[in-house]
Amino acid sequence: MSRMVIPMSERGPDSTGFAIYGSDKPGLMKVTVRTRPEFDVSSLLSELEVITKVPIEAVSRDTHTVLMIPAGSEAAVRAYIDKIPSATVVGSGRRMEIYKEVGRPAEVVHRFNLGAMTGTHGVAHTRMATESAVTTDGAHPFTTGPDQCLVHNGSLSNHNAMRRELISHGLAFETENDSEVAAGFMTWKIRGGDTLKQAMEASLLALDGFYTFVIGTETGFGVIRDPIACKPAVMAETERWVAFGTEYRALVDLPGIDNAHVWEPVPAKAYFWERN
Amino acid sequence: MATIDLANFPIRKLNAELHSLKPDTNDTHWRVLNPRGQHAIAVGVDAPVTIEVAGHVGYFCAGMNKQAHVVIQGNAGQGVAENMMSGFVHVNGDASQAAGASGCGGLLVIDGNASARCGISMKGIDIVVKGSVGHLSAFMAQAGSLVVLGDAGEAIGDSIYEAHIYVRGQVKSLGADCIEKPITDRHKAELTRLLEAAGEVDGIDIGSFRRYGSARNLYHFHVDNIGLY
Repeated sequence: MSRMVIPMSERGPDSTGFAIYGSDKPGLMKVTVRTRPEFDVSSLLSELEVITKVPIEAVSRDTHTVLMIPAGSEAAVRAYIDKIPSATVVGSGRRMEIYKEVGRPAEVVHRFNLGAMTGTHGVAHTRMATESAVTTDGAHPFTTGPDQCLVHNGSLSNHNAMRRELISHGLAFETENDSEVAAGFMTWKIRGGDTLKQAMEASLLALDGFYTFVIGTETGFGVIRDPIACKPAVMAETERWVAFGTEYRALVDLPGIDNAHVWEPVPAKAYFWERN
Repeated sequence: MATIDLANFPIRKLNAELHSLKPDTNDTHWRVLNPRGQHAIAVGVDAPVTIEVAGHVGYFCAGMNKQAHVVIQGNAGQGVAENMMSGFVHVNGDASQAAGASGCGGLLVIDGNASARCGISMKGIDIVVKGSVGHLSAFMAQAGSLVVLGDAGEAIGDSIYEAHIYVRGQVKSLGADCIEKPITDRHKAELTRLLEAAGEVDGIDIGSFRRYGSARNLYHFHVDNIGLY
């Protein structure tokens, strides 16, 4: 995946992030927490173990730590971390881990040692900020719910109004970022009973502006483009894998790409790929 | 034949070499290896040479082409042959958006599908797409012909001027001021010529095409509208 995102550096050099769908353990949730460099993760773990009442397995990579906690204690753990100013929950799920920081892809990929991670699938993004500041919070992916994340290429024009509406429905936002609003919109629709496909289709009417969204799920990923198709997208498929890229240069190092079926997803159509 | 492997040869250097070709050059056949989706391959060539690109290309391949015969043995990214002046560009796979945009002359043939805005603002280029085209194709098309053997997406020929559109399959919708028009013998001859040039002589019934063009209501000034200005 690093070889997919690094060639895209010139399209977006300011922040990089990725979601990895790794292995799961029955009954446990992975909570990815970002902390300031001086933060003492081991004392946070002992404090959290008071809540979970079982030892917490944790893996730290640079500024991010993935905690494996009993699924039933997630709400309490999140509530505890939310009170700590120098720690932020980036996302959670049975399998999803999210890592993101300000910096060029090559640098961020190296900081987190992406090459050493394994999983069934993942989503990577490199950002050129347009609608909001270059901050780690503004980096993609944004989480849209357990094991779900969203990356966005484009720019939404009604994100302020939509953010206000979503806040009135009880959602909370960390940034002024338009893509976070898109993620919040999906979260809200799914909470209301929509399937992810329905939520993506609803975004075609509710979100104004231009976008290609890629949404990662526990079992696969989805792609949707705005009806005008302002932003590029390319897919490649073989018997063994399916891949999305903003342009073909992101896909050239994939194994067997020379014989892959390479095609462009059409506008305003929700696509999904799921593992069996 | 000159063979350039882009795995170890910069695009700018390739294009500089192509730009320096004289009309009577002996290097008339070029083969470009490992394009790997790079942008601006063989842009601005002005020489009667053949350039084969072995693989998928990125944006603007063969843009501003004059005289050259460029064959892309794969898919093309956005804006293939944009602003072409003359020559022949042949995409063996699919083309992304804005293929042949604002082209002034020459022939662009796409064996697969072309995405949105194919032939946008075309000014004399001829485009033959053997698959389908996406929405807003031939938008504001001024001159030249767009031939589509498959289907056309929404709003084909929106705000069209005097370009000719021929579609064999379904048209999702016509754009503003674009209407169906009868196919006369002159149009049949034009269609036959373009299909022949695209290597599609056999098995295609000219009668299966429908022609679209401008209703000429949008770009003509109507004295009734004087109060609007």
